[in-house]
Amino acid sequence: MTKLEYPFLEKAVRDLKVGETVSISGRIYTGRDKFHKYFSDGGKIDVDFSDGALYHCGPVIIKDASGDWRVMAAGPTTSVRENPYEPDFIAQTGVRLIIGKGGMNKATLDAMKRYGAVYIQAVGGAASVIASSIKRVAGVSYLDEFGAAEAVWHFDVENFTGVVAMDSSGNSLFDSIRRQSEAALCEILSSRA
Amino acid sequence: MTTLEKLIDLIRETSCSLSDDVEKALKRQLKIERTAGNSAAVLNLSTIVENIALARRQSTPLCQDTGTLTFFVDISLRRRVTVKLLQKAVAAATERGYLRKNTINSVTGASCDDNCAPGAPVVHYMEGMNRGEVTLLMKGGGSENMSRQYSLPDTSLDAGRDMQGVRKCILDAVVKTQGYGCAPGILGVCIGGDRASGYEVAKMQLLRSLDEKGGEFASLEKQILKEANSLGIGPMGLGGKTTLLGVKIASRTRLPASFFVTVAYLCWAARRRTVTI
Repeated sequence: MTKLEYPFLEKAVRDLKVGETVSISGRIYTGRDKFHKYFSDGGKIDVDFSDGALYHCGPVIIKDASGDWRVMAAGPTTSVRENPYEPDFIAQTGVRLIIGKGGMNKATLDAMKRYGAVYIQAVGGAASVIASSIKRVAGVSYLDEFGAAEAVWHFDVENFTGVVAMDSSGNSLFDSIRRQSEAALCEILSSRA
Repeated sequence: MTTLEKLIDLIRETSCSLSDDVEKALKRQLKIERTAGNSAAVLNLSTIVENIALARRQSTPLCQDTGTLTFFVDISLRRRVTVKLLQKAVAAATERGYLRKNTINSVTGASCDDNCAPGAPVVHYMEGMNRGEVTLLMKGGGSENMSRQYSLPDTSLDAGRDMQGVRKCILDAVVKTQGYGCAPGILGVCIGGDRASGYEVAKMQLLRSLDEKGGEFASLEKQILKEANSLGIGPMGLGGKTTLLGVKIASRTRLPASFFVTVAYLCWAARRRTVTI
């Protein structure tokens, strides 16, 4: 498993290839639907994403008795909804890791190739394990504007694992597996017809 | 324990503790993927297995999408386990953190913070259940979005009005679901029925144990499971031998003009449990 530590430098990110398993440590930021819409509408971003990681996630998070944030569940959400915004986001912020589930479109893949970023598939539904890899909630942005599930949370993580599913050489594991599986299905159906 | 407490406990256990048959199947598949050396599949399945144990130990939800709650209640309990009592249990379980605030008014967009509204949770009073039983199914949105209904003949699939056509629909659903819906999943299928009963019967097949042997469609179920797992889609659509954990099929009569094939998809976080009240 390849270890990645914040800041995620361009060279190390460009070396990642689809299918590689990775373990991420250091700062990551969440951002999902409302955040992407806000960015696209020209909203000011007060978080530094350069050489950073964006996690498509709406956590279940509560304030404990001492007033500290506690992450209860933090699995990935489906990334396709951010397709319209992500190429611009990558171009403008210099983000290196997009973490989510389900993969993203060709325009995003092209932006990853051009600017040096990758897409990492987190394990869908693994809400408790991912929550336990979040060692500290360092801060939060847009909490009042977007609400707890959609705010930009500043997480310090240790050994957050995933699989490189889109790399900066223009490869998408989703595309290649889709093509293979469609061909395999054709074969199964024709051999028994 | 009062009936209300028993129902709250049913929700807690369903949300935090995966069904034994599904956990056993996931562990079996992890061994198979390890032997095959599929590293992405091994990472996905080992994380899932770890997640199941952690959620159970902490009594925290297995998945942050605690889903649509559907209760199947033995009809003899209809005066004791009322919709009102079930709503009370759901509100209490939400308050205690076993359920996410997961219910949205479709018109205003407002959150129904106690997860209770007309039709929420979904409740069916059933004939033919064991006396005193209540079954709960919790099914997340990502998996519900992947359920589909076909109408035969379907020229795009070259699927006619016969069992070959049915098989083509089911395998098409497997290919279309890849990457979404958190594989490995379970398929519930209804051959026939009308549009509404097709979805209902297909969803009810998801309650059947993966360990169950025999049944009217056992050989077709086995064949489709084998074929689906030979497509190379794998856990989370990243490759491997484990795309489905099970296929459960039922049939209903149809009208001469209609031939629906309905596929209900359930993600690996297959939260279903039965208690006797």
